[in-house]
Amino acid sequence: MTETNGDVALSPENAATLEGLKALPVLTRKDFVSDQEVRWCPGCGDYSILAQTQKVMPDFGYPKENIVFISGIGCSGRLPYYMNTYGFHTIHGRAPTIATGLKASRPDLMVWVITGDGDALSIGGNHLLHAMRRNVDIRVVMFNNRIYGLTKGQASPTSEFGKVTKSSPYGTIDYPVSPLAVALAAEASFIARSVDTHTEHLQRTLERAGAHKGSTFVEVLQNCNIFNDGAYKEFTDREVRDDRMLVLEAGEPMIFGKDRDRGLRLNGHKPEVVTIGENGITEADILVHDPTDPLIAYMLATIYWPEFPVPVGVIRDISRPTLDAMIAAQLEQAVAARGKGDLQKLLDSGETWTVE
Amino acid sequence: MTETLERTLPERELERVTIRFAGDSGDGMQLTGSQFTRTAAVFGNDISTLPDFPAEIRAPAGSLPGVSGFQLSFSSTDIHTPGDAPDVLVAMNPAALKSNLVDLPPGGALIVNEDAFTPQNLTKVGYTANPLTDGSLKAWNVIAVPISTMNARSAEGLELTNKQVDLTKNFFALGLMFWLYERDLEPTLAWIDEKFGKRPVIAEGNARALKAGYNYGETTEVFHERFIVPPAKLAPGRYRNLTGNEAAAMGFVAAAQLAKRTLFYGSYPITPASDILHQLAGYKNFGVVTFQAEDEIAAIGAAIGASYGGSLGMTGTSGPGIALKSEALGLAIMVELPLVVIDVQRAGPSTGMPTKNEQADLLQVMFGRNSDSPVAIVAPATPGECFYMAIEAWRIALKYMTPVVYLSDAFVATGAEPWPVPRIADLPDISVSNRTEREGFFPYLRDPDTLARPWAVPGTPGLEHRIGGLEKADVTGNVSYDPDNHHLMQTLRRDKIAGIADDIPPLEVHGPSEGDLLILGWGSTYGAIRSAVERLQAAGKSVAHAHLRHLNPFPANTGDVVRAYKRVLIPEVNLGQLLMLIRSRYLVDAVGFNRVRGKPFRIAEIEAEAERLLAERNGTR
Repeated sequence: MTETNGDVALSPENAATLEGLKALPVLTRKDFVSDQEVRWCPGCGDYSILAQTQKVMPDFGYPKENIVFISGIGCSGRLPYYMNTYGFHTIHGRAPTIATGLKASRPDLMVWVITGDGDALSIGGNHLLHAMRRNVDIRVVMFNNRIYGLTKGQASPTSEFGKVTKSSPYGTIDYPVSPLAVALAAEASFIARSVDTHTEHLQRTLERAGAHKGSTFVEVLQNCNIFNDGAYKEFTDREVRDDRMLVLEAGEPMIFGKDRDRGLRLNGHKPEVVTIGENGITEADILVHDPTDPLIAYMLATIYWPEFPVPVGVIRDISRPTLDAMIAAQLEQAVAARGKGDLQKLLDSGETWTVE
Repeated sequence: MTETLERTLPERELERVTIRFAGDSGDGMQLTGSQFTRTAAVFGNDISTLPDFPAEIRAPAGSLPGVSGFQLSFSSTDIHTPGDAPDVLVAMNPAALKSNLVDLPPGGALIVNEDAFTPQNLTKVGYTANPLTDGSLKAWNVIAVPISTMNARSAEGLELTNKQVDLTKNFFALGLMFWLYERDLEPTLAWIDEKFGKRPVIAEGNARALKAGYNYGETTEVFHERFIVPPAKLAPGRYRNLTGNEAAAMGFVAAAQLAKRTLFYGSYPITPASDILHQLAGYKNFGVVTFQAEDEIAAIGAAIGASYGGSLGMTGTSGPGIALKSEALGLAIMVELPLVVIDVQRAGPSTGMPTKNEQADLLQVMFGRNSDSPVAIVAPATPGECFYMAIEAWRIALKYMTPVVYLSDAFVATGAEPWPVPRIADLPDISVSNRTEREGFFPYLRDPDTLARPWAVPGTPGLEHRIGGLEKADVTGNVSYDPDNHHLMQTLRRDKIAGIADDIPPLEVHGPSEGDLLILGWGSTYGAIRSAVERLQAAGKSVAHAHLRHLNPFPANTGDVVRAYKRVLIPEVNLGQLLMLIRSRYLVDAVGFNRVRGKPFRIAEIEAEAERLLAERNGTR
């Protein structure tokens, strides 16, 4: 993977000229870079997520004024300032609510929600649940660093059990939650996972998320090199990742490993890792990924290293009517049934009487 | 009972009558009261109502907590309140009698359903003897009617269960009251038809109950006279009867039309604000979008999102919900987006008494946020005014790019009065433009007159910008931690709200422009204060009434008004909130009159308090 993926050979000057002529502008990553200085810690995984996000923006066919980034509080919350689109840095945990109101009233906009593990799953857990189950057409990208970074290192709802942090000097006694399982329980219509350092995969995942219509949840495993360095290195490091992560593709068998010789199969309803070529196992025994199957999705949302490879990619992808489409349909139905509202008639309605 | 006996009873003309219907919360007392109200309103009386019901939907039958009441006053003259005390109490069971008798003055008429006075029902509420027979009700004019028995007889031959028949007995009581006050049954019969048209047997049962009650009055000799309350001399025009919440909902729809934008209402169910959500949800053909959110915070969040997108984003709740919305309201103040927050106040603190009246959220909406975070506040004084204040709230929100709190309360929201129906053409244009011009655009470059920032909505090419809850640099709107900039922005936010004072009507005074006593009020105390002041003025006292509809900022002349009287009395259904604001702002020695019983003020108690103050003044303390 290279940093130039997704860039188009058109200078910003040319792009600006075209825009000025009201021709269909061809946008590049640079069009989505704002004039604000990026202030994350050097080495933070957020830089990569920002870069991939900027890179995929031209792919969706939306003019950039129709793209909105809404964030909550936490390090992730700064991202909208760095996108040269419309942006709204809101309050802790509530970004999905603001995004819901915006998308419900402005179906023409492409709305992204940028959040973190504390923002989305702790203070904002309720809003995430309801935005997903309503199938609001928003793309939630959750940066999961398994720590509170902005407040300098307290345990988060995804921190591993027993983790020693500033707020848990004797180790956490809270069991962590699986973000993907939460999104699945909430019936998000698109659920995926990627990794900050796997830029090519992250880019591809964001592209798919952007192309989906409906409630979209993407967990990005993200390293906080200050307060939780190496959070995922056990399975994301270059040397081990092929053996310890499972890259999902719809319709493809769940095969992984440097030598592409290991796979996941179901033994009854239980997943197990098998080696192709051993004990008579062939590729035909390996489970084929179907992102519309809820049981497969739940299995993928809950298996994790070290018992299993960590699944990345699109875990669920289904289609159902979105909130904004259903709102519009009900408004149309009401007009069809009762005629377009006439305010004077409304005021004059009910039992009225006249005083001479 | 089809044969009608011709009896000639004496008729007495009355200026005003106050009736209270009381029964089990499942007895349909709210319906009975509102049907009488409609009939009186259509007849041309001035009316004022006070529904009073428990929070429990169905407390155990016959119990004191389950008593539901509806008081209405109808009159041939202009009235402002549902009456201090009923002239007639209709009590459907011993519990209703026990909890309401205290309000019925001696000599008042007491109509009871004697069938409900069974030993079991009496014991349930602590009566050791039957009050109908033990002489304890001698002070009142008791009319005991076997309502259940008579009503059951009227339903004979209909395929209705005993329970279904029993559910119609409120219409028997209503029919009896219609007879007593010579009212037409037609509006209620038409209503029954419309409501139960699909279930003809039920419709017939209710219609028979109504007629049976009416005929009972006609044929029995328990009443010795009938009463006539002639129509009121209201100003000419077209009227309808409506509650404050209904008026508000229509006002918000009107505001959207006048602003030429979509109304988006995000709300979470809460008494007594839910009716606004129900009402607005029915206006989809007006393009109104309603969103029942997962909680109070999501409701305001969605409203802010809608306003960000160029709609009229609005949320509505009661006091506990305001507490939850506070942080998001602070965000709306910081990002300076137009937003209307409805607070239909109820008795508190905490869950308090959800269905009961109080006006104790004033300081909460004024100050209940972190830091200095001013919002504009408006408060309707009467049910009809809810319509106009809804438009006013949006006028201010749009013109000044600010959140506005619309502060109503349970009494004004659920009470009803005749309302002169306005013509759309007479309503103000409150529309504002989105910013589209790229040249010279800065997100926080303010209009020099209003200090409003531009409304640049997503989708506008060339105006891409970022807003948020972090402090903004003046003009550019970029994140800023600069000390002097923060001071400047804090004062700008303050001055923007303060400047609205020059754009609202001056505080009007009813009565002498200076004198012994000013009674200053806000919100739903209007009727009681105005009536008390009229009585005091009629008695030759130097008393004036002023009523604030704008609580932040106050009208520009408020200081001059409160300083023009020797004494200022501020009656409030709280422990002195406007009082605190007025005293601190204008340094006048105003005094409060504060009663927080979950009920509106009575006229007489305000009158008495005013007289006490006037007497102090004259040295007769």
